Amino acid sequence: MTRTWKALQPYTLVTPQTLVFLLFLVFPILMILIVSFWDFNGYAMTPAFTLQNYIDIFTSQVSLKTYLNTFKYVILVWFFCLAIAFPVSYFLAFHVKNQKWQIILFLLCTVPFWTSNIIRMISWVPFLGKEGLVNQLLLGLNLVQEPVQWLLFSDFAVVLGMVHLYNFFMIGPIFNSLMRIDRNLITAAEDMGASGFQILKEVILPLASSGIAIGSIFVVTLVMGEFVTVRLMGGGQSASVGKLIATQIGSLQYPLAAANAVILLAVTLILVVGILRVVDIRKEL
Amino acid sequence: MAKISRRQIIRTGLAAGAAFAATRCASSSTTSSAPGTPGNPSASPEVNMGKSKDVTLRLIGTGVSQINDIRDKAIADLGFKFDMRALSTEENNQIAITQPGQYDIFDGEYFSLPLVVPSGNLKPVDTKKIRDFDKIAPFFTTGKFDGAKIEQAQGTSPIKVMYVTGEDSKEFSPTPTDWATLIPFQYNADTLGYRPDLTGKKIESWAELFDPAFKGKTAILDIPSIGIMDAAMVAEAAGLMKFVDKGNMTKEEIDQITDILKQKKQEGQFRAFWKTFDESVNLMTSGEVVLQSMWSPAVTAVKSKGLNCVYGPMKEGYRAWGGGLGLSKNLSGIQLDAAYEYINWILDGWVGAFLGRQGYYSAIPENARKFMKPEEWDFWYEGKPAATDMIDPFGKKLEPKGALRDGGSFKQRMGDVVVWNSTMKEQKYLLQKWNEFIAS
Repeated sequence: MTRTWKALQPYTLVTPQTLVFLLFLVFPILMILIVSFWDFNGYAMTPAFTLQNYIDIFTSQVSLKTYLNTFKYVILVWFFCLAIAFPVSYFLAFHVKNQKWQIILFLLCTVPFWTSNIIRMISWVPFLGKEGLVNQLLLGLNLVQEPVQWLLFSDFAVVLGMVHLYNFFMIGPIFNSLMRIDRNLITAAEDMGASGFQILKEVILPLASSGIAIGSIFVVTLVMGEFVTVRLMGGGQSASVGKLIATQIGSLQYPLAAANAVILLAVTLILVVGILRVVDIRKEL
Repeated sequence: MAKISRRQIIRTGLAAGAAFAATRCASSSTTSSAPGTPGNPSASPEVNMGKSKDVTLRLIGTGVSQINDIRDKAIADLGFKFDMRALSTEENNQIAITQPGQYDIFDGEYFSLPLVVPSGNLKPVDTKKIRDFDKIAPFFTTGKFDGAKIEQAQGTSPIKVMYVTGEDSKEFSPTPTDWATLIPFQYNADTLGYRPDLTGKKIESWAELFDPAFKGKTAILDIPSIGIMDAAMVAEAAGLMKFVDKGNMTKEEIDQITDILKQKKQEGQFRAFWKTFDESVNLMTSGEVVLQSMWSPAVTAVKSKGLNCVYGPMKEGYRAWGGGLGLSKNLSGIQLDAAYEYINWILDGWVGAFLGRQGYYSAIPENARKFMKPEEWDFWYEGKPAATDMIDPFGKKLEPKGALRDGGSFKQRMGDVVVWNSTMKEQKYLLQKWNEFIAS
């Protein structure tokens, strides 16, 4: 009896998690998949099996343009997040020797998360707007004669907003992986006569790759589904796949929105698999 | 797995079977039969004596009307309870269509009806039970208004969707019947709002939205079915294209108007597109935008920040919207009686006066008048100069003494409506093209 209980124990332990996953992740995604084949008659969706939603998406110029635009955001945001996060984490991990200060400075990086997403974005308006602080400064210094328009409601603003929002998701994992690097390895490299750059390239970067990969997964998946930042910072003029889906849901076109969601999920998964192909996270953890 | 005994498997199997059977039984007992069948006897007539105290009516609607002051007054006057949910126009329609069990009263707009009514979720309102039905503004009930422009207005004009053919019908009737879809209670004529201090001149035509002088300083709505109407007004006024019916565009017309919009976007005519009320207020107060499609309370909100904002009459006319109350098909017995009582109370005038002080019109202006001060009536409905400061229902000063309402009197403003908010036959195509415009 106790033996069988022992054998069942691990299964009992995973049951709650499995149920939660099935109920709140697998089941809804299956529903979306099913609905994406349904028909829509103007005011209600009707069970059917039609490929029309997918045909519409794959034959439309809009989808291609919107995906390209979304990829543009993904690449830019990912690049700038990495460009900011790596030096920040490096500084925290290797230059701040005092552990107390390390924790304080790390917590400082989370400050943007102390207010809601929407408020963080709206507060850019008085800063970047036509009558905003930056423009007043530029006008005051006589650097420009007319207020600069592209600071707000532009691709620049969208990327800025998202880098601001998601940078921490990159800093966290990279900082974590840098902290776990055995300091003796660096000392050894120094003893062998490696220059600072060589140490960075040959020792630190390879060992930080898992952190970079995890951070990249966070940033890429978040940006792929993003629509609030795109709407508010882009002034409604920029397109992303998330925003496309939101507009379709708003107009009750559930099956079309579901089909778009399925494709978005597939594309995002491909990107994640791609990242995992490059870096074996499991091995590094 | 080999360690699991045979007995264990049998026991688990039995337990699972029992659980399965139990849930099956439980669920079968809750499946609903059609009303009137033995499985679900329809409610027999009940005597309503003081029972309405226990009634709770669940309302869904847009934020415009879901105001706590109105709810509190309704509770005090009627004695039953309310559960109100403030939603966006889109969510409101979604729930009305897909979740009929979640509401008793639908507070929605007329242009939503071509989507909501065919779902069969609304119970037609018996107009004989509406005390002052005959006094409702005639463009709702008969489509007439002293021969003014509004009688020929394009779009989902309320009269087109006001009546259904019978008590259980889902079909609109072109002529008045005893069965109404919504009982109107608030509506307005919308136009462009602008900051005269920043435009430097009076704006008198929708065409000005495309004026190169305001390049990068204009905005329109990013709600396809309303934004396209404003765009159509602008394009037609600017002489860029003509429509047979702006409220029901053909595919070719949609193609043409989106091409115009795309071109203007490329030229940098628009500063932004807004989706919510607050966004339009922010755009205007921050000076990012000087001329844009706007809703009347948003203009009021800009003014209350001490900025001058005009909701000017345009020579081409107004785009109107109208909202009303509809009944859920689930209502019966005292719930239904209570719902009728509520509708009658809404029309009685107190609410009309309350909303009137914000610039909305009441379905029965003469009833609202009973609850307004003469100088308020003169300002809001007659277009006369304010004899005293105009105060909104929340105690904020809106207009100083001597001010005039933009656009004039009720007759002038509503009479000059040329198009109503619409749901078009080509809705799906419109949406596709709108997304194309946003992505361009």
